[in-house]
Amino acid sequence: MEAPQQPVRRANRRLITGLLVMVLGSFAFGWALVPLYSAFCRLTGVGNAEAKAGREVVHDTIDPNRFITIEFVANPASVGSFDFRPKVAEMRIHPGKLYDTQFYAKNLTAGPEIAQAVPSLAPSSAWKYFHKTECFCFSTQKFAVGEGRWMPVRFIVDPSLPVNIDRLTLSYTFFDTTQSAGRG
Amino acid sequence: MAHAIDIAHDDQPATGIKRWLFATNHKDIGTMYLVFSLIMFFVGGTMAMIIRAELFEPGLQFVDPGFFNEMTTMHALVMIFGAVMPAFVGLANWMIPLQLGAPDMALPRMNNFSFWILPFAFTLLLSTLFVPGGAPAGGWTMYPPLSLQFGDSFPMMIFAIHLMGISSIMGAINVIVTILNMRAPGMPLLKMPLFCWSWLITAYLLIAVMPVLAGVVTMLLTDHFFKTSFFNAAGGGDPLMFEHIFWFFGHPEVYIMILPAFGVISEIIPTFSRKPLFGATSMIYAIASIAFLSFIVWGHHMFADGMPLAAQMFFMMSTMLIAVPTGVKVFNWTATMWRGSLSFEPPMLFAIGFLFMFTIGGFSGVMLALVPADYQYNQSYFVVAHFHYVLVPGAVFAIMGAVYYWLPKWTGNMYSMTLAKTHFWLSTIFVNVLFFPQHFLGLAGMPRRIPDYAVQFTDWNMVSSIGAFGFGLSQILFAIAIIQCVRGGQKATAKVWGGATPTGLEWTIPSPAPYHSFTTAPEIH
Ligand code: HEM
Ligand SMILES: [Cu+2]
Repeated sequence: MEAPQQPVRRANRRLITGLLVMVLGSFAFGWALVPLYSAFCRLTGVGNAEAKAGREVVHDTIDPNRFITIEFVANPASVGSFDFRPKVAEMRIHPGKLYDTQFYAKNLTAGPEIAQAVPSLAPSSAWKYFHKTECFCFSTQKFAVGEGRWMPVRFIVDPSLPVNIDRLTLSYTFFDTTQSAGRG
Repeated sequence: MAHAIDIAHDDQPATGIKRWLFATNHKDIGTMYLVFSLIMFFVGGTMAMIIRAELFEPGLQFVDPGFFNEMTTMHALVMIFGAVMPAFVGLANWMIPLQLGAPDMALPRMNNFSFWILPFAFTLLLSTLFVPGGAPAGGWTMYPPLSLQFGDSFPMMIFAIHLMGISSIMGAINVIVTILNMRAPGMPLLKMPLFCWSWLITAYLLIAVMPVLAGVVTMLLTDHFFKTSFFNAAGGGDPLMFEHIFWFFGHPEVYIMILPAFGVISEIIPTFSRKPLFGATSMIYAIASIAFLSFIVWGHHMFADGMPLAAQMFFMMSTMLIAVPTGVKVFNWTATMWRGSLSFEPPMLFAIGFLFMFTIGGFSGVMLALVPADYQYNQSYFVVAHFHYVLVPGAVFAIMGAVYYWLPKWTGNMYSMTLAKTHFWLSTIFVNVLFFPQHFLGLAGMPRRIPDYAVQFTDWNMVSSIGAFGFGLSQILFAIAIIQCVRGGQKATAKVWGGATPTGLEWTIPSPAPYHSFTTAPEIH
């Protein structure tokens, strides 16, 4: 009985070794998919590679010879709910440079409020050249009774803004979302 | 391994718990796998009943939405990794040595280990139901970033999946070594029974993709605990990449669950048609080409996620290509029955049920493979209907058919034919009441994985839930039939289905199969 078993056992061992190598190979392949996918996306431009590249361009050139006027407008959604206004009515800026400004809001109602600002830009064709890196409109704002505060906006105008545009109007409408926020 | 041979020479099974804890006999281990799978089938089934009870009416009745999501996630994990896969491994353990004329599986020690990992893995997985934050609730597909937000259950789920993966890989290695090295002399590969063939190919699929699953869940783990950013966009990673890697495992995984079923059906239909399998060699090539194609179709799970047109076209075509070898198989089974002298014992009923209803699932699969149609169907109940048709009256019916086919060989007793036939008819009626309306719900726009729905979906959901309760209760008959058969009954002959034409070495040994069979290799003519 023992004699014929030996070759079988040797064959088994060889086969098992081969199969274990396959297992390790598959495991390694799973991890290798990570760099393979990034390489694939880079080479073919699939995915958000383009968008990432686009984002970098925005920052690199400040155009010191060009001035753009930005006007700021603030609208409360309903009369008497908020005192809502910009810090400055307009700014003269260079494309490609990062700027800060602020908006002020004060709760005029008898209770605590939750509100959210919805932005709008004129002319609307300029939207894709106007980048807000920070904005109080990104999230809801909570106000206690009678509370008022300054809220930041940071923005940068893309130097590739068409040359026929020299004036942009950024307008915010401040909506009371206390009802819908309460529901959740 | 060194002692495996000596153990195989022990004449009688050890007594008591030791027989099972230290089991190295392929029959004992096969039995344990099958019993484990049956238990998991009822555990996962209970979760399904909770899901369908909640969906009986719109609104929230029984469970809160968080728990509902835990149920859908756990139901899928338990059914896939706990019920279907171990059932096929159990069948492989019992039948592959008997069909090959081998005395046992090639690696009995590893066999013991790969089974005993499973109870640990599932204790770990199921215990997540009791940890703070509850069980995983983001779907069995574990997409980040949602899955990264699971509570304490997260590392437990990942570790459980690692264990299941190790168990399946060891099982697969065992199957391959047994089939390639332990066939009785005079049995060339191409003359091997189709059940063994389907398992050989499945085992290679397991080896190819289970390690990829292990890798991708490990990446989730490191993203969660070690601040890597594989799938975190803020750190330069990409959540979409998870889906690509996951489905590279996931699609072959669905074929891991269906190829052994194909093998079972290819055994049953010829027996009860009293004709050899039509196109047996083409069946082997069909399985092999399905297995190959299953590696290049994963994108069909991601059509709506944003994908270049060329990739959508590629994945659409390759997916539809799978329908060709699948069609060959369905054709060959039908041709085997054509002008056969049919009889309708329970295994044959399940096989015919499989043939009809698996094909319905195949058709809805082809519909889903069409990119423009999938934009509407994906994430809807139509997908739920599709995969349940291929998995329940597909894979699960094949498992039940296999149990009814070989149970007398295992126990030495016939089971109650009336009970088994009742089980078949109730299951078939209710499975259609359960899943067919889900096609309508999906086409009408009902999303999957939701605990509540718009009122216009109420009627079909009620029908579906009634089907679910009926199907669930019918399975108790299955358990009763098995238990009765183990306890006793009319003695089975060696051939069991003597009136039909069962072929294969398993029918040349007495029923019940002796504890040690084919200790000397059989003569093959
Ligand atoms: C002709 C054969 C088949 C085709 C063309 C096909 C096609 C598809 C497609 C396109 C989807 C994705 C739908 C979506 O998410 O929008 C899908 C999902 C699925 N299929 Fe199939 N399929 C086939 C056979 C099978 C088989 C045999 C099984 C398993 C035994 C299976 C199991 C599944 C599962 C589990 C899902 C859903 C996964 C999830 O999202 O959770 N399919 N199928
Ligand atoms: Cu798939």
